[in-house]
Order: sequence, then C-alpha cells, then structure tokens
Amino acid sequence: MSAVLEIQGLQKTYRSRKGVRRALDGFDMVVEAGQVHGFLGPNGSGKTTTLRTLLGLIRPNGGRMAILGREVPQSLPEVAGSVGAIVESPQFFGNFSARDTLSLLADAGGVERVRVDEVLELVGLRDRAGDRVKTYSLGMKQRLAVASALLKNPRLLILDEPANGLDPGGIREMRTLMRTLAESGMTVVLSSHILGEIQLICDSVTIIAAGRRVAAGAVTDVLAQHATSSVRVRLESASDLTASAGALRELGAQVVVEHDHLMVSGLAQPSAITRALAAREVYVAELSPVSVDLESVFLELTGTAPVAGEHRQVDQTVMAQAGPAQGGWGQ
Amino acid sequence: MSLYTAETRRLTKRRFTRFFLIGVVLLLGAIAAGMFLTNHKNTPEVVAAAQAKADREFQQAVVQAEAERKACEAQAQPGNDCSQMWTPTREEFQAQWYMPPTFNFRKNFGDMVTTLAAILAMAAFVIGASFVGAEWSSGGMMNLLLWRPQRLTVLNTKLAALLAVLTAVTVLLSAVWTGVFALVANLRGTFGGMTSGAWQSILLMELRGLVIVLAAGALGFGLASIGRHTAVAMGVAIGVVVVLQAGLGTVLAMAQVKYLEMYLAPTWIAAWMNKSVELVDYNAPCVGAGGTCEQPTLTLTWGMAGVGLVAVLALVVGTAMWTLRKRDIT
Repeated sequence: MSAVLEIQGLQKTYRSRKGVRRALDGFDMVVEAGQVHGFLGPNGSGKTTTLRTLLGLIRPNGGRMAILGREVPQSLPEVAGSVGAIVESPQFFGNFSARDTLSLLADAGGVERVRVDEVLELVGLRDRAGDRVKTYSLGMKQRLAVASALLKNPRLLILDEPANGLDPGGIREMRTLMRTLAESGMTVVLSSHILGEIQLICDSVTIIAAGRRVAAGAVTDVLAQHATSSVRVRLESASDLTASAGALRELGAQVVVEHDHLMVSGLAQPSAITRALAAREVYVAELSPVSVDLESVFLELTGTAPVAGEHRQVDQTVMAQAGPAQGGWGQ
Repeated sequence: MSLYTAETRRLTKRRFTRFFLIGVVLLLGAIAAGMFLTNHKNTPEVVAAAQAKADREFQQAVVQAEAERKACEAQAQPGNDCSQMWTPTREEFQAQWYMPPTFNFRKNFGDMVTTLAAILAMAAFVIGASFVGAEWSSGGMMNLLLWRPQRLTVLNTKLAALLAVLTAVTVLLSAVWTGVFALVANLRGTFGGMTSGAWQSILLMELRGLVIVLAAGALGFGLASIGRHTAVAMGVAIGVVVVLQAGLGTVLAMAQVKYLEMYLAPTWIAAWMNKSVELVDYNAPCVGAGGTCEQPTLTLTWGMAGVGLVAVLALVVGTAMWTLRKRDIT
C-alpha cells in the first residue's frame, strides 16, 4: 500500500503576550491508501491544527507534509481537486439553500452541477435541498458539510467530527457511508471523539496528545500493544477477598482488591489462580479476562482519564505533565 | 473563470445585495420624483406673470424709497447724507426671481450626477464590505479556500467580481438617471444649450462618479477583509466620519488652520467630481488693489484628488492582500 498522507516532524508554535504555545511539537502521521483512518486526541491536543495546516489554512513552523505523494502546501493547488475536507463545525452562509451552497462550490471548483444532486441524495438532504441553511439543525448542517466534501469525488476525504450533532440513525448512516467510500477506494481520515465509532469503522488510528503522536497503527495492533493480562476474579464469598489477594501476591501477581472482586495481573497462566485458591479451599465463581477497548487505551495514552475529586484542565495531559515545553500557555 | 462566475453568482444571489440595491433605486426614485414635483416649466404665461410681479415690486420699492428719502430730508441732521440712501434699480427686480424653480439640465444635472455617485458609493462600500465580511464570519471563505487553496487568487477574483457588478449597476443606473432628468428637464424645465461639449462634460463626470463608486466598493471590501468582518469596515467608516471629519474639522477651525477644508474628504471628492475646488484662506488679511478684498486661495484639482484616491486604495487593498497571504486562517 502507498501512503496517501504523510506528515513528519510537523511543528506549529503560537506566540502571544501570554507566552509561547507549541500546538504541534514534531508530530508524525501516515495514512495508507484505501483505509479509514481514525485521528484521535483530547481537546486542544492539536488535531484541528494538524488538519488546518495540512489543508493550507495554517502556516507550519517546521516539518514536512505530503498528500497523494505531493509536497504540501507547495503543491496544494494541484492536489486540492482530489481532497475533500471539512474542518471543525460546519459553517455555511445561512441565507443560501443547500443546493445553492453546493452549486456555488461546484462552480468554484469546476465540478459538474449534476454532482450536486448526487451528493445531496447520498447524505439524505434531497428533500430539504431547497431550504435555507439557517433553518437546518446541527445534524443537517453536518450532512451538508459531508456533502460539500464529497462533491469533488475526492481520493482523500478528511472529516473533522463528522458525527457531531447526528442522531443515532445518522451516526449509523455515516458509519456505513464511510465504509462504502473506503470500499470504493477512497481514503478517509476521520477525527472524532466517539471512540466506539472509531473502533468500529477504522482500520488504523493515530493518537495525538500535546502536539505529539503517542500511538499509531492498525486498530488491532494499538489495542494489542496496550492490552493487559488482567483477569477479573469473583469468589463465592466476598469475605475471602483480602486473604485470597495475599495468597495470589505470594505467587508474584499484582492484585487490586475491588469491593466484590479482585483484579489480578502478572501471572502467565490464569489456572495458577484457581489452583492456588482451591488449595486454600476458596472457590472461584468467575474468572474472566479483562478486554481492552480504544477508549481505555486513549485515556491511558493521553492521561486524560477522570480522577475522582480533580478537575482536569484542557492542556493537562500525561505528556504535558512529563516535561517542559510540551504545550500550554506560558511554557 | 469558473471561480469568477461563481463569485459573481454569489454576489448577485445574496439577499443583502438585492435588498440594498432595491433600497437605492427607491431612494433615487424619490429624489427624481421630488425634483419633478418641485420644478415647473416656464411657459410664456408664467414668464409674463413673473415679469408683471417684478415690475410691481419694483414700482413699490421706488415709491417706498422715495418716501424714506423725503422723510430723511425732513429730519435733516448734521452727518445725515440722504442722497446716499438706497435707490432701487431695475436689475434688482428681475423676472426670473419671481418664477417657480425650473430644472435647467445643463446647469443642474451636474449636481444630480454627484448625488447619484454619492448614493451609489455608499451602497458600494456596504455591499463590498458585506460581500467579503459575511463570507469570513460565516466560514464560507474557509470553505472556499479548501476548494481553491490560492488565497490571493480567491481574494482578487472576489474583488474583480464585485467591481464588475458595481460597474454594471452604476452604468445602468447612470443611463437611467440621465434619461429621467432629461425627461424632467423637458417637462419641468429646459434642455437648452446641450451641445456635444456639454454632453461630453456630463459623460466625463459620470465616469468620475463611476470611479468613486468602484473605489468605495474596493475600500469596503478591503477593510472588511483586513478585519475579517463586515462590522470592521462599518466601524472604520463611522470612525472616519465622526472622528476625522467632524472632530478634525472642529479642531482645525479652532486652531485657525489655513485651508482647513483641505484636510476633509468631502473637499477632495468635490474636487474629483467637479474637476477643481477653490479654497479661500478666510483668516488671512485682505490684500487687494483699490480697497478690494482678495484673500489667498488654493485650488485642488481632480488630478490631485485622483492621486490621493489611488494612494488610499493601494494602502487598504494592498494591506488586505498582504494580511490574507500572511495570516493563519483559524
């Protein structure tokens, strides 16, 4: 497979009276052709800055970017016809109808007008195409934004939070649309906070935190890399939990005592647990491996898991806490 | 070319553009109707009646002046020179001053061209500012730049579309305006003296009016583009009028600055439209032979005004282009 999108060492620094903020700090990203690629990161991590920089809206301070094998932003005018994108929330002129909006874009981009009705049908706006955009709900505007990105029939589709504002049916339709587009050969880059959706429809992901890549690869690989060998152990009697935890620790396991079960890790074979507990006449009611999902990996990698009694701030990530000059005003 | 077509469509499709132009047409219509209703044609009967009234007033004035002179002589006092009292002359009671106003196309249409240019320039400023300002604030500009990632090309094409539409509207309305006032002159005044030279002068004045309209449109467009919002252009316009025009005019008058009108924009616009404006230094002492009062004057020409206009346009539109090229779009 060839890379449709390549980013290496991308840097973007914002300076203001408050100080210097590194929005992107040597960020890397690769998206292979024909994939649906998830682009994840907490608020303020640099996702939108990356997409805007890639699309020529923001000037980077360093690094290299290429789309469809052409260096950007230098070759952006040549590749723009093959890239459809929506960045952040959809914004359109409220007094124009969806059809007017798309036909003006089609004129500006040299796309045939017949394509307008095709994409309106595709995103489910056919019957409301003549209504003014200001009468649309957020979800309908989102559909219109996706339609505008699809208008060019692009080879690379970049969508920033495409499911934002969509109802459950709309989210499912969007998921199906993404898969259909990818199957037709289109490469889709999807930025979203709905991690369950990303896990369902993406082939690969890049996770960004504090302007740096913290994980990348096929979804299954990223999950496997961060999977733990923890097992949940529930006993016949909860009164045996503390004594059993001590017994398992003697075997070298790491044990966390929860209110009605134990979380055990660090043992090669789960059978060692049943054997050790049975020897003490303690019997296991449930022994189940703890599966890891994208959400838990995301929270672990970005350090954004909520902590009881604490109010996490936007720039407060595991990388921001790790060292100097990782982002945040005044650093 | 496709981008130019799209931008022309976008501008003419906007409700703001349409409503504003309809408002302008209604305003112009009201002015034309007002001119029609307040002017009257001088028929022989009207001229005769005015002549009779002028004669009557003259006779009354003569009688009254004679009575006052006699009263003066009756109360003869040292230092009173009754022979110096005002004696009415025939020239002071001309028939034309007793006629209703009449529209003389050759003499009066120039003011109407200036009126048209001023109204259209105001509309052009607002439409130009809104055309790009609303695009910035609605996110349309960012969408467009995702499709055509050539910032200067996009902004220049938008400006070209705006100027083309403004030119078409101004030329059309100027033609209609000329026709309407030719009709007013025929029905409620006189169309006499319209030589080819007079027509040429009117045409050149209308062309200068077109330049003012285009400049105003480009200024509104440029200011809104720099501020990325329509309100910025409107704010600058209000600021210039209130602070620089009214405030500066008052301060300069208090400081008794020489030729203070030279620092005010309307003077330069008048110089551009009327080919020249003569400013008088009223604070200077009278210097003239034989007791006449001749104060120093300064003449501003349309050429000088044109250079100033080009300089302001280059500054504003150039800055708009530079900022679009340099600044991030967030």
